[in-house]
Amino acid sequence: MVTRVISGDHAVAWGVRLARAEVIPAFPITPQTLIMELLSEFINDGELDADFIPGESEHSVMSIAVGASAGGVRTFTATSSQGLALMHEMLYAPPQIRLPVVLVNVNRSLGAAAGIWLEHNDSMPERESGWLQCYVEDNQEALDMTLQAFRIAEDHRVMLPVMICLDGFVLSHTVERVDVPDQAAVDGFLPKFVPVNVLDPDDPVVMNPICPPEYATEMRYQLDRTIDSTKSVIKEVGIDFAKRFGRSHGDLLDLYRMEDAEYALVAIGTAATTSRLVVDQLREGGKKVGLIRLRFMRPFPKEELREAVSGLKALGVFDRSVSFNSFGPIFTEVRGALAALHLPMTDHIGGLGGRDLTIEEMRDIFARIEENAIGKADRQVYWHGLRGQMQ
Amino acid sequence: MTDTIKDVSKLTIKDVPNKDYFIWGHGACPGCGVAIAVKNIMKILGPETIVYVPASCLVVFGAQYPTSAFEVPYFFTAFENTGAMATGIRAALKRRGKKAHVVGLAGDGGTFDIGLQALSGAADRNEDMIYVCLDNEAYMNTGIQMSGATPFGAWTTTSPAGKVISGKRSFKKDIDHIVAAHGVPYQATLSIAHWNDFVRKVEKAKQVEGFRFLHVLTPCVPGWRSEASKSMEIARMAVETGMWTLYEAEKGESALTYKPKKMEPVIEYLKLQGRFAFMNEDDVNTLQRWLCHKWWLHYKDEVEAPPCYIYRTEKPMHMDGDPLHGA
Repeated sequence: MVTRVISGDHAVAWGVRLARAEVIPAFPITPQTLIMELLSEFINDGELDADFIPGESEHSVMSIAVGASAGGVRTFTATSSQGLALMHEMLYAPPQIRLPVVLVNVNRSLGAAAGIWLEHNDSMPERESGWLQCYVEDNQEALDMTLQAFRIAEDHRVMLPVMICLDGFVLSHTVERVDVPDQAAVDGFLPKFVPVNVLDPDDPVVMNPICPPEYATEMRYQLDRTIDSTKSVIKEVGIDFAKRFGRSHGDLLDLYRMEDAEYALVAIGTAATTSRLVVDQLREGGKKVGLIRLRFMRPFPKEELREAVSGLKALGVFDRSVSFNSFGPIFTEVRGALAALHLPMTDHIGGLGGRDLTIEEMRDIFARIEENAIGKADRQVYWHGLRGQMQ
Repeated sequence: MTDTIKDVSKLTIKDVPNKDYFIWGHGACPGCGVAIAVKNIMKILGPETIVYVPASCLVVFGAQYPTSAFEVPYFFTAFENTGAMATGIRAALKRRGKKAHVVGLAGDGGTFDIGLQALSGAADRNEDMIYVCLDNEAYMNTGIQMSGATPFGAWTTTSPAGKVISGKRSFKKDIDHIVAAHGVPYQATLSIAHWNDFVRKVEKAKQVEGFRFLHVLTPCVPGWRSEASKSMEIARMAVETGMWTLYEAEKGESALTYKPKKMEPVIEYLKLQGRFAFMNEDDVNTLQRWLCHKWWLHYKDEVEAPPCYIYRTEKPMHMDGDPLHGA
């Protein structure tokens, strides 16, 4: 093991190198590009035996990745924002075809009011596509989950693509201390990829022909159930990783000071780091608060959430994106999962388009949740850090 | 074929193996040029072949779960990614040390229009693949909408014969010229009415390494409003009138592979197909004039062009059809 001080993007690149990915198609987009640049250096310096393919668009990049995965090799790519949106059509291919492509999406805002900064409105819509989707909190987790992603995706009980999401700039371009494991240790953890269905003239298969209505419903149902069943594999892989490398980043949920908590916040990514600080501050002041860090949007940990919130008087959800005129996507999902519990819940939208999420705002979020616990919340959705008054 | 006959130029249709890899039972229309072309391409390429088919008629009539007319590995995902998908498949084969022909069988829309970017990317990277464009000159699978490959004046459901505007107003895009600009190792135009030429070009593509582009004119009975029994005749007349030129280019050196004895007037081609029935005299003359220019570019004065004598004295027309642009 070597300790390096590296950015989140470089942590991912080290993970991909250690995972011995074989085909890496890519197209440049900020803030993902550091990943591809470092991987290109690894390949050109002979440190990683892989084929780097400069696709001419993200749509083609995902097509190349799907083709390579269907050809039976370990495949990796990374993108952000508009790039992920351009891949959108092709993201729907590998889940149903059961191809374990690993993609890292460096979260960045999508669309007009354009910018290159952090927002989750690029990856959140893609949770409908059938990919497993994991959000990491720091650079160490970015490396560790890149390794675990290949192991989970390629497990024959899973055989699904995995998308690891990390916060643009806050992680991608910020250096942190990262323990980079030895190759031998990683080789022990991550076996060689053994494909299930391969395009091979020695054993011809027809892959993804047109599927008439007589069969499509069952195929969708199988995919839905398979995604649900991946929870046990994710847990198993996390436990094995902890045993080998002495680190765990939590289960599907990462619970912080939830033991006797009366109210809590659900958060993903680096927002969880800010909220940990605030939880500590509030605990020092005698408030019984906690944090539920959601690590996976797919599979969505419904049962685990229900268990985690038992005993709470109110729950808040932090969303770094919004479904306009509705709620933040995480709030919608969490509330759906907890509907039967009649737990008072509020949605807290903030940090959009790269706006800083400050300690003060996070304290305000917890204050609102506390109000809601005693029936004093005046609304269901709060926008934080907004200039001027909310209507 | 490769093992026994080294000289590709002497091949004839008699040298094509009998074994089919695109077999009976598919759902193509009688007289479908695509089915005829694919059946014969697959015979020549043989079992060591992986096929990618983007959205097209072929994706519908070639394989539907749980059946397939392909006896080789077959893959489909989307419309615009033939060049990219073949790139990925080839990369995987290389990593696994496997040998196989990677073939994309795309339509004209999937090549000229929505697939142009992925085609350009694959040609630029000189991917080791055979890209086949099965050109029936419109989006036939979705119900005969015009594409960049649709010829001037042709009726389609999106270039209807209206009271003000009738038929397609622009000329057929020269996709072969675009491909040639990438400097690919081998490219050719093929006709389903010129079989010895067809066989030689597919066999040559099979033997060359790198990016290969085969462009086949494939008559479409419902889309061209033609008789199922006339597909061959139409394909032949396309070449005799200059609507299609048979040539090939190896490493940038292009050569004609068939020269008509003399140019037939384009009306002989148009009258075989209902899609041109609405063309007025002016439009026929415009198309003829455009063809005369093309004919001269391709054949110079080596092949007589009687329909063109009336245009000889005029300023040559640019390939976009605008006389102001010049030649």
